Amino acid sequence: MDFIQNFPFMSIILSLFSGPLSSILNGKWAKRVNMAVITVIGLMSGSVLAYVLGTGQGFVYRMGHFSAPWGNEIRVGVLEAFMALFFCVIMLLCMLGGVAEREKEIEVSKQNLYYIMVNLLLCSLLALIYTNDLFTAYVFVEINTISACGLIMIKQNGRTIEAATRYMIMSLLGSGLLLLGICFLYDLTGHLLMSNIKEQVQMLAATGQYHIPLVVSLGLMSVGLAIKSALYPFHAWLPDAYGYSTLSSAAILSSLVSKGYIFLLVKIFYRVIGFNVICESKVIHVLFVFGILGMIMGSVSAIQERDIRRMIAYSSVAQIGYIYMGFGLGTEIGVVASIYHILSHAATKSLLFVAASGITDASGGSRQFRDLTGAGFRNKLAGIAFTVGSLSMVGMPMFSGFISKLLFGQAAMGHTHKMLPTLIALAVSTVLNAIYFMKTVIRLYAPGSGEEAMVEGRVIHIKEQPAKSVALVFFILLNLILGLNSEPVIRLIESGLQMFD
Amino acid sequence: MNFANLLNNYAEAVAMILFGIGFSNLLLQKNLMKKIIGLNIMDTATYLFLALKGYIEGRKAPVVVDGIQSVEAYVNPIPSGLVLTGIVVSVSVTALMLSLTIRLYRRYHTLDLDEISTRLKKEGK
Repeated sequence: MDFIQNFPFMSIILSLFSGPLSSILNGKWAKRVNMAVITVIGLMSGSVLAYVLGTGQGFVYRMGHFSAPWGNEIRVGVLEAFMALFFCVIMLLCMLGGVAEREKEIEVSKQNLYYIMVNLLLCSLLALIYTNDLFTAYVFVEINTISACGLIMIKQNGRTIEAATRYMIMSLLGSGLLLLGICFLYDLTGHLLMSNIKEQVQMLAATGQYHIPLVVSLGLMSVGLAIKSALYPFHAWLPDAYGYSTLSSAAILSSLVSKGYIFLLVKIFYRVIGFNVICESKVIHVLFVFGILGMIMGSVSAIQERDIRRMIAYSSVAQIGYIYMGFGLGTEIGVVASIYHILSHAATKSLLFVAASGITDASGGSRQFRDLTGAGFRNKLAGIAFTVGSLSMVGMPMFSGFISKLLFGQAAMGHTHKMLPTLIALAVSTVLNAIYFMKTVIRLYAPGSGEEAMVEGRVIHIKEQPAKSVALVFFILLNLILGLNSEPVIRLIESGLQMFD
Repeated sequence: MNFANLLNNYAEAVAMILFGIGFSNLLLQKNLMKKIIGLNIMDTATYLFLALKGYIEGRKAPVVVDGIQSVEAYVNPIPSGLVLTGIVVSVSVTALMLSLTIRLYRRYHTLDLDEISTRLKKEGK
């Protein structure tokens, strides 16, 4: 066994232990430890990715050297390593972009607690990506929920506590359903390791035995994870949680936390049940319908919103709808499009959140649209970044959003029943996206508005924030890379999905 | 529908009914304490289901005391392990929910989540 095969386990355990370590450090050192840990884990994931690409096949890491079906396992393929690397990059940039907000909004004595939560969140995300055991996945889903709740409520006012409570309630409903689904599946197959369950499920599906319990279990797991990742009718907690928490929390929650659950769902589809069984079941039609509803309704809510942060939050509902619509198509290329959209949405949404905070800083801290007029002239980089993010969300060529829309369109082409609804929903949703994003961009660059921000007659000065500027530049680059250089990424996703079997 | 199966597996049916009760309480109750009680009923129902699935009629708990080492003598130990893990998780989320409830109560002197929301909207912050 090569030494590099230890890296996935080491990255999980490193982030897990840096959490308790942060509790005895002060805020400044906890921040440094956190940044270092994310960087180290990113480097490790990168080398794992290079290793897996080099050998051309995934590997299984047995915890404590107990072989299947008794032991617990970590399984690494191209897609897992790539996701871990990507999540580390996004998380590092989100933490970098929100440094100033964290120092302002979190009490000094509680700064280190924030980094405990971030480290635990990273640990649970990595475990969700790598684990090969369904019950371990459930436990880390709960750790993910608890640390995300901590991220929301660390900025202490009535709004965030209420948002955290609502978030917890919806998340607990979701994890209850997920746990019940896992129990059903364990009852049917007698295994907890994903590969062993898949063998048994394939056998059951071939003989037609226990058809109804299998579908019920699949439905419970899908709905549970859909609730947790805020698919349309279950999104009520989302605008408050994203809109009022501190900047890095909002960026991390929208771009990573919900994506972790979706990635687990992909793993359940491919590695636990098997994609052929999924396509035959009716569960994907339900996901398809709610995905399309989410695409439209999320955008409609975003248009009505007067607060820029909440508008971006509602836009997340629409983008999550895209991802579930891709799953609902029930084809390989649909899933590829969804996974590409996970990447593109993670890169774009965190960019938008960070840029929006730069814009609101340049408008005297107000998030209301009427105060944002001309803010693009006052904070140039944030204005450019917001424009890039908006164009990407709308689906302009050159940016990442275009490629994912193109992939969704290609996936829908030639589909017997779902081609027309998908294409119509894509078109309508693009127009709606354009309405609210372009409305904001036009307001940011309204001609004739003053170079200086005037709030209640006072001129406000914009503080330079080098960390935020660096984060914005890297986010823009990431968007351009994903938009202009999509071929290798798509090939990576395809080979990763093949490695899942 | 075969109702005989329902009668044979009445314990599983009870677990599912309890799950439904807990789920709808967590979703629909306005009072935060009742929501938390619903959460606990829901989780406990899942553990009941798991424990039932691990139980085999006429066998004992898998602890070797009188030297019998045959697998046939004992029930499946894995569901018990899963239940234990699940209990730990549910205790921690319950504690978190209770602490959030205390925070909200100290601020707004009510346990009604909807009322808190309307008050927050009125404040407009």
